[in-house]
Amino acid sequence: MATTTQAPTTIGQPKMSFGKWMRELGWRHIVAIAMLVFALAPILYVISAALNPVGTLTGSNELFRTVSFDNFAALNQTRFWTWVGNTLVIATTTAIGTVLMGAAAAFAFSRFRFKGRRASLTALLIIQMFPQMLAFVAVFLLLNTLGNVWPPLGIDSKLAVICVYLGGALGVNTFLMYGFFNTIPTELDEAAKIDGATHTQIYWTIILRLVTPILAVVALLSFVSTFAEFIIARIVLVSESNWTVAVGLYSWVSSRLDANWGQFAAGAVITSIPVLVLFLFLQKYIVGGLTAGSVKG
Amino acid sequence: MSSPSTLEKPRTSRPRPQSHATNFGKGFLVKLALMAAVNAFGIFIILAALQQDSMGILWVMVGLLVAANWVFFARRTLALKYVFPGLVFLLIFQLFTMGYTLYVSFTNYGQGHNSTKDQAITALLQQNEVRLPDSPAYPLAVVQQGGELGFAVLEDDTVEVGTAEDPLSVVDDAVVTDGAITEVPGWDILDRQAIIADQQAVVDLRVSIDEDPESGSIRTTDGRTGYVYTSTLEWDPEADTMTNTETGVVYTPNDEGQFEAEDGSKLNVGWRVTVGLENYTEAFTNPTLAGYFYQITAWTFVQAFLSVALTFLLGLLVAIAMNKPGMRGQKVYRSLLILPYAIPGFISALIFAGLFNTRFGAINQILLGGAEIPWLTDPFLAKFTILFVNLWLGYPYMFLITTGALQALPGDVMEAAKIDGAGPLRTWRSITLPLLLVSTAPLLISSFAFNFNNFTLIYMLTGGGPSFSPTTSLGHTDILISMVYKISGISGGEPTNYGLASALSIMIFVIVGVISAIAFRQTRKLEEVN
Repeated sequence: MATTTQAPTTIGQPKMSFGKWMRELGWRHIVAIAMLVFALAPILYVISAALNPVGTLTGSNELFRTVSFDNFAALNQTRFWTWVGNTLVIATTTAIGTVLMGAAAAFAFSRFRFKGRRASLTALLIIQMFPQMLAFVAVFLLLNTLGNVWPPLGIDSKLAVICVYLGGALGVNTFLMYGFFNTIPTELDEAAKIDGATHTQIYWTIILRLVTPILAVVALLSFVSTFAEFIIARIVLVSESNWTVAVGLYSWVSSRLDANWGQFAAGAVITSIPVLVLFLFLQKYIVGGLTAGSVKG
Repeated sequence: MSSPSTLEKPRTSRPRPQSHATNFGKGFLVKLALMAAVNAFGIFIILAALQQDSMGILWVMVGLLVAANWVFFARRTLALKYVFPGLVFLLIFQLFTMGYTLYVSFTNYGQGHNSTKDQAITALLQQNEVRLPDSPAYPLAVVQQGGELGFAVLEDDTVEVGTAEDPLSVVDDAVVTDGAITEVPGWDILDRQAIIADQQAVVDLRVSIDEDPESGSIRTTDGRTGYVYTSTLEWDPEADTMTNTETGVVYTPNDEGQFEAEDGSKLNVGWRVTVGLENYTEAFTNPTLAGYFYQITAWTFVQAFLSVALTFLLGLLVAIAMNKPGMRGQKVYRSLLILPYAIPGFISALIFAGLFNTRFGAINQILLGGAEIPWLTDPFLAKFTILFVNLWLGYPYMFLITTGALQALPGDVMEAAKIDGAGPLRTWRSITLPLLLVSTAPLLISSFAFNFNNFTLIYMLTGGGPSFSPTTSLGHTDILISMVYKISGISGGEPTNYGLASALSIMIFVIVGVISAIAFRQTRKLEEVN
């Protein structure tokens, strides 16, 4: 940092000269307030647009002139709630599947020593660098073929989308969980083994309970990323009643941006709120996950 | 399964009175029930695949089933029991699709080359059908069964029914009144109105007379009378040629998966063949494509690099400003400043698409007093807008990680620098920044990889536009991944070209892989130095 004076708390301190205050704290507040305007203006704008009964893009430019819930009510006339339902089903199932499969794999890598263990871990590290969405053409062709054999696994099926997302379950999360599993002392397993517990019992009743925080983080990350995933959902889910919110909201503004604006804004607000709440609620875990290793004890 | 089959003896398998693989306890029964369900499902898929002649799926399923049973009932597969479920999904939906992308990139899969040669021949014979000049008219009824249309045809005194899938076959007990079919067991006969409502489907429907495509098919134009149509093409399996029976022109298969006559004319339906590296060279040599390809590649790099650099700098500035113990309102500032990160990316992108709209958007209307600045439709401004929006989306992430890194900076090094007489700027440039970069570099690399493929932002904000020229859908703000999407033709409305799209996908794989590898090696060097 530029200055290293013993951080004077302003409370109870004799008056600080304005220049000094500016150098110490003032500029920080100026930066913060400027950034707040930058960060919050679009959010306030979309809330205003959602509450504006005019519902067009032009009409939304008068911020908070009139407030009504017409746009929200209008959502009932659309398939919006079907899309929300689809998204919740897809994202929740994917999150649960991801946690179950990822945790099991992390358990195996953390607790058992087997041939090819290091090689498999490295392979996972490499695979996860290549996002699945780059192979969307092949995903499309594969689902086309699978659908001929069993339609629930084909194009336009929610189950198929979930399966595709679960394809990435191991790659991204195994490492995050593996590290966490390693922090649980193996003495616990040993003791349980001596008492006659099977590996299944150790896994389900001891380990999984101790690693709950990381399970929650992985579930959340998986939920949020599935929630916002667009390209695979767009390709696979063809019929309107199967769309996710991402595909549906896009369809509203891609064709007639001006006319559907209020409706879109209302949908956007509703869609953002659960993610926002989850995010704020679990903030410290997410920040911890992001900066793991860079923060000192 | 390429996974390890032999395990080091896990410590759990020291001699015990009973192994749990043979222990008929509660757990074993649960496993038995689950495996029974898995096997039942597997066999169901195998049978379905057999019916559809999908031998690939059939053998993969057989392999998976055998592996599953071995893994869960053998004793020496303890670790695999835990990895297997995730591994199955990984193998099918990630590794296979990556491999298949590679395979498709070497073929001409796409418009006009969508199927196997046999299917192409059948399609050619069907498409080139004409009504036989002297063919008799058959009384016909349009029938329906579970939503599938079919024809019931009266030939002499027998009634035969067939659909697009199944050729004509005799049905017993059909009722014929006054030369018209009035009842067919198991089928509903469509009345006049229903036929009119579904007119196009009825006219398009062709029902093969028998399994051999050369026998022709029954078609109708009015829903009452059927005529025999046969192909003007004749397929000779021995010589592997197609002959046009009207003109006598003989077509032979060429290297590109099409039937070609000696004069160079080709039949319009082809099949998939391997074309080697053609798709890869196409991007560089095709005169209309190459220019766009270079521009898009350059913009992809610029966009990814600038996005990371700008968000990092802004995030860092905010982190430094907030990094003051005892600052008032710090918590509130922090919570509000990371809000953009918590909003789903597709929503943010769409909001900004509205804000930057040339005629109605708030930026032009409120901030600039009605100036019609083409933020999203001018090549330069559109690029600027994308970077601007990405700055909004991305700085909170950088703010979070740099805050963590700042707090972890060792205080004694700063102290030492101060004692050595280094000014604030010098300390910053020589100590703070390098240390920060060491701890954040891996995250910056993954951020670069993410922005390199930030499809959602581009697609929702500008759709890749403005277009390079009226004749192409590719545009100035397209990045490689959105170019792949457009070229693949999956979205409909444009000819599909899976081969070229896959080749471009593979190139992105390689670029991202090489950059990650180099960058990770560099960061390891940095770590060693410090």
